Amino acid sequence: MIEATGLTKHYGRTVAVDNLSFTVSEGKVTGFLGPNGAGKSTTMRMILGLDRPTSGDVRIDGQHYRDLHQPLRTVGALLDAKWVHPNRSARAHLRWLAAASKLPRSRVDEVLDLVGLGGVADKNAGGFSLGMSQRLGIAAALLGDPKVLLFDEPVNGLDPEGILWIRKFMHRLAAEGRTVFVSSHLLSEMAQTAQDLVVIGRGKLIHQGTVDEFIAHATESTVLVRSPELEKLGEHLLGAGAGISDDGDALRVSGMDSAAIGELAAAKQITLHELSPQVGSLEQAFIQLTGDSVEYRTAEAAQRAGQEERA
Amino acid sequence: MTLLAVERIKLFTTRSPWWCTLIALALTVGFGALMAGTADATEPLNIAATQFGYGFGLVVVMVMATLAITTEYRFSTIRATFLAVPNRPSTLVAKATVVAIMAAIIGELAAFGSWGIASVIKPDIDLTINTAYEWRAVAGVGLVYALSAVVAVAVGVLVRHSAGAIAVLLIWNQLVEPLVQLIPKVGDDIHKWMPFNIANKLITGDPDPTARNVLQGPPPSDAVLGPWPAIGVFAAFAAVLLGIAIVVANRRDA
Repeated sequence: MIEATGLTKHYGRTVAVDNLSFTVSEGKVTGFLGPNGAGKSTTMRMILGLDRPTSGDVRIDGQHYRDLHQPLRTVGALLDAKWVHPNRSARAHLRWLAAASKLPRSRVDEVLDLVGLGGVADKNAGGFSLGMSQRLGIAAALLGDPKVLLFDEPVNGLDPEGILWIRKFMHRLAAEGRTVFVSSHLLSEMAQTAQDLVVIGRGKLIHQGTVDEFIAHATESTVLVRSPELEKLGEHLLGAGAGISDDGDALRVSGMDSAAIGELAAAKQITLHELSPQVGSLEQAFIQLTGDSVEYRTAEAAQRAGQEERA
Repeated sequence: MTLLAVERIKLFTTRSPWWCTLIALALTVGFGALMAGTADATEPLNIAATQFGYGFGLVVVMVMATLAITTEYRFSTIRATFLAVPNRPSTLVAKATVVAIMAAIIGELAAFGSWGIASVIKPDIDLTINTAYEWRAVAGVGLVYALSAVVAVAVGVLVRHSAGAIAVLLIWNQLVEPLVQLIPKVGDDIHKWMPFNIANKLITGDPDPTARNVLQGPPPSDAVLGPWPAIGVFAAFAAVLLGIAIVVANRRDA
């Protein structure tokens, strides 16, 4: 279990992570979601003891990363696939990591085969494609057979084949009962891999819970209603306290579920042609929640946001 | 021991240490051969003269030591290292130790290699190592290289960029120390306490170095300390510098 409490990181005047508290439960894949520049990488670096929090605390199974004995046996991490000396072979790179955790040399070949790099083990890592580097990074993370795994944007820049491979790998790790904490700015990716979500924007926690909860919480669920007596129904719905908006020849009702709308229509003897709840997508939910907290956006988007605020 | 093994694997699985070793040996042994070959009645060959290339080898060894740590920052393998071994002081001490041992071996190979090639070129000149001074002048090279390597690792940790760290070391060793003597009145006194000048005392010290022809062997040191206290002071200097580097690295975000 990873537990962050009041985690804060300042770089000069910039606040990268702001009073962030969350937990990552055991044996699940937890997605760490946020737009670029939201503070995901900084948070991961603090979890791993690379960066010191300005204030707050983060522990793995109750311990600071820096206090773990042979940490690679407890936590495996892939923060950046390019953290490799380009003139060192893949095998040599894993060999010194294995030596640091007193792992046998045979384990190096095991993980190389596991990620499919057995054939290029003696090639210099500098000549690897991004996909191969990513595999080497995952091999390094798995070296100590850790029960906790952290991946920072593992599919970033990969080709479809690479993405599919990583995705399958995550599923496999989760199926093995490992705790996986994986960051991404791609929501669709998270929807396919994660059960739980920690969502941040501008360094602040926006949401923590299951993926389903996130969608329910984030999207205002509406009900689409069609009726030959649309105007009359609209008046009654407004009277009952629901919000309505025109959607062509239908009404979009918010603040009232489909059962209540159906009962209201029956009581007022209004015929309904359609009564369908609309479920928001994860993408919609994400944009709705993080829309205000995107650090870098295009001038056009900023202008549009400005106009919306004035309107 | 584990950490020494880790740093040893890291050092020997890249090419630059091997290149630096070859260049250091070529320079020192080459100069030894050159001194032996050009020696004549007016400039007789002696043991000090065989070590003429000592200073050039020192520069290359410091470059090797600097690169051992700055390339870790350059390629962020320092982060991978701190992930595997979060105890940064132990890691950096292990790194400095492995690099120092490597430097010591290069130093001994360079010194005895230079002496050996000179003996081969001029077999009729007696180059037997007899006095304590002669032993220091040859066998001491490894010690000076080792401690200088620790200084280079410390500077590398503090500066983190290869070019910057190497520039600091070379400007200091090759320019600042010799040029400080040009300062009126106090220049000579300051020079007597400059770290590399002090370290040189072990190699170029007693007997009275000022009596020796400058062309014979590396420039004599004018440090006021005796050879062993001098190298002790240089060792302390290296240790303090490494200590500062460790404190900084421990506090800093990796």
